[in-house]
This record gives sequence, structure tokens and C-alpha cells, in this order.
Amino acid sequence: MNLMFGRLQRLVQHPEFRRGAVDATSLAPGLAAWGLMTGVAMIKSGMSMTEALAMALLVFAGSSQLAALPLLAAGAPLWVILATVFCVNLRFVVFSVHLRDYYMHLPRPLRLVVGYLTADQSYVLLTRRFPDAADPLKLQGAALAAARQDRVAFVLGTVAVNWTSWQVAGLLGLAMAHSLPTSWGLGFAGILALVGVTCSLVNTRLRAVSALVAGAAAVAAIALPFKLNIVVAIAVAVALVALLEPAHHE
Amino acid sequence: MNETDAWTLGVIVLIAVNTMVTRSFFFIPNRSWPLPAWLQRGLRYAPIAALAAVITPEVVMTQGVWISTWQDARLFGVAASVAWYYLRRHNRYVTLETLLVGMAVYLPLRIGLGW
Repeated sequence: MNLMFGRLQRLVQHPEFRRGAVDATSLAPGLAAWGLMTGVAMIKSGMSMTEALAMALLVFAGSSQLAALPLLAAGAPLWVILATVFCVNLRFVVFSVHLRDYYMHLPRPLRLVVGYLTADQSYVLLTRRFPDAADPLKLQGAALAAARQDRVAFVLGTVAVNWTSWQVAGLLGLAMAHSLPTSWGLGFAGILALVGVTCSLVNTRLRAVSALVAGAAAVAAIALPFKLNIVVAIAVAVALVALLEPAHHE
Repeated sequence: MNETDAWTLGVIVLIAVNTMVTRSFFFIPNRSWPLPAWLQRGLRYAPIAALAAVITPEVVMTQGVWISTWQDARLFGVAASVAWYYLRRHNRYVTLETLLVGMAVYLPLRIGLGW
């Protein structure tokens, strides 16, 4: 336990922790607006305050929370609810293939906690700041340890800001559920926050291609249940650029 | 006030377990295995693909159907955000500004004109 605490303290004091926190701060208002509307939606779906609090604090995944609400309200069977949230979260399964190189060196309990906390925003910010994980860089000894530490400290910095803004906004949403009209569409701020990040990632022709292909595929496959259109779109874009890339070095 | 029931709380705990399992999926086992090079290359594009896949339907569709009018506050909000990003892209707070400018265009159209 002491070992884990000392490790955490070193990570928090690391300069990359602050860098991650700063990067996440520019996304925080969008995340907060989305968290607020998720809080409102939970109460409006008929959950009690205790249930909504438990969901906000434990689940920490907006899209699966929103997907579960109508099913819980309708009294759907457990397996239907779990299958639905698993499918809605399938994009994280894809991300976990990528994050494996970044996190595999951590002891398993810590690895699972860090994985649990790495939501979409943290994943995108981490891979933008560090396009390469430490391990494939063929570093040795202290340089390898330092490169691994940089990445974990950075992602925890983003998590600290994301988790806090999501939770505070969610609690506010629970409290204000009956006075905030959903017709204002405040949740759209969550999408607008992602627009800026997307623009910052479109810096090569192939990245622009992958964005266009994924966007078109997500629209074309919208009829699929459980937001599987997002998973299909990622798979199509990743497969396509994997085929195209050898000819176009980044 | 809505009632709390134990079954719902149990389901919520299982949904939280689902968050951990899906986010950690491929690094739950301790054994490490190398990814094929083509997959490693392709995965670098997964973040941008995921973002585009999440955003696009939310902007051009309503409940799974193409929007049928240009009088939709979302289109103008996104257009303002993208334009602002390219005008100010070397600025440090551009992501935050992009969001604020987009909302400044979106909210009056949505609340004021009902678009």
C-alpha cells in the first residue's frame, strides 16, 4: 500500500502530470456541460438521488450511462442492459489494444484502475501528446523508465481534471434536474468541445481521410443498434489507412 | 422523490465493472504479445476516427435521420467552431475558444429562434 502511495505521489509531482491537467482543462467546459446534462437525464428518467449518485460516481462513462437509463426505467432484463452498455463501450476495447503498450508495464491492479479512468478525452490527449508508447522505442534502463513515467503521469493529469469536472457537473445536474430545460440542448457543448480536438488532430492528409471516412461510415451505419456504428466506423478507417499508409509515410 | 431499489443499485455496480473491463480489455491478462505492424500503424488513426464517428451523426442527423433543413443551430455552431479553430490555431487556448465561440453561435439560434 505504501509502495503504491509513494508511486502515486511521484506521478502527481511529475511535470507531465501538470501538462496533462493543462491540456485537459481546455476540454473541461465541454465535458462539464455534457456531465450536467447526463445528471439531469438520470433524475428525469426516474432514478432516485441515491441511484443517480451511485451511477455518476461509479460508472464514469457518459454514453453507457445514457444508454442504460431507458432500459433501467423500462425494467429490461439484466443481460440486455449489460450487453447494451458493453456494446456502447466497444470503442474502449479498440482503444485498449492501443493503450496496452502504454500501460502494460504497470502492476495489474494499478493498470486496471488507470484503464478504468482513461475515458475518450484522456485517450485522445495521451496519444496526441505521445504518439509512441515508451516500450516500442527500444530504450534501455533509466531512459525507458523515465519515458514510461512521462506517459502515465500525463494521462493521470488529464484524468484528474476530467474526473473532477465530470463529477462536479454531474452532481450539479442532479441538483438542478427540475429547473434546467433540456430543450436548450446544452449537451451539444460536449460535441463542440470535441470539434476543437478533432481539428488539432487533422494535421496530415491521411488523418483528414480517416476522419472523413469514419464520419461517413458512422452516418451510413447509424441504423445499427448499441452505437455499433461508431465501432464499425473506427474499424473501417483504421483498416483503410493501414492499407494506404505504406505508400504515404507520415 | 423517486424510490431507491437494491436491484437497480446492483445493476449500476455491474455497469461500473463493465466500464473497467471494456477500457482495460486487452491489458487485463499479464502476458504481453506484440501487435502486428500494420495494426500498430492503423491504430494511430483510431483516436481521430473515433472523434469523427462520434461527432458527425450528432451534427447532421436527428434520431438517426438526416436533417432536412439548413435551419439547424448545430450546423452553424460547428461551422463557427471550425472557422475559429483555423483562424486561431496557434493560440494556446484555441480548444476552449472553439467551444465557447460555437456555443455563442449555437445557443441564441437554438433558444432564440428555436432552430
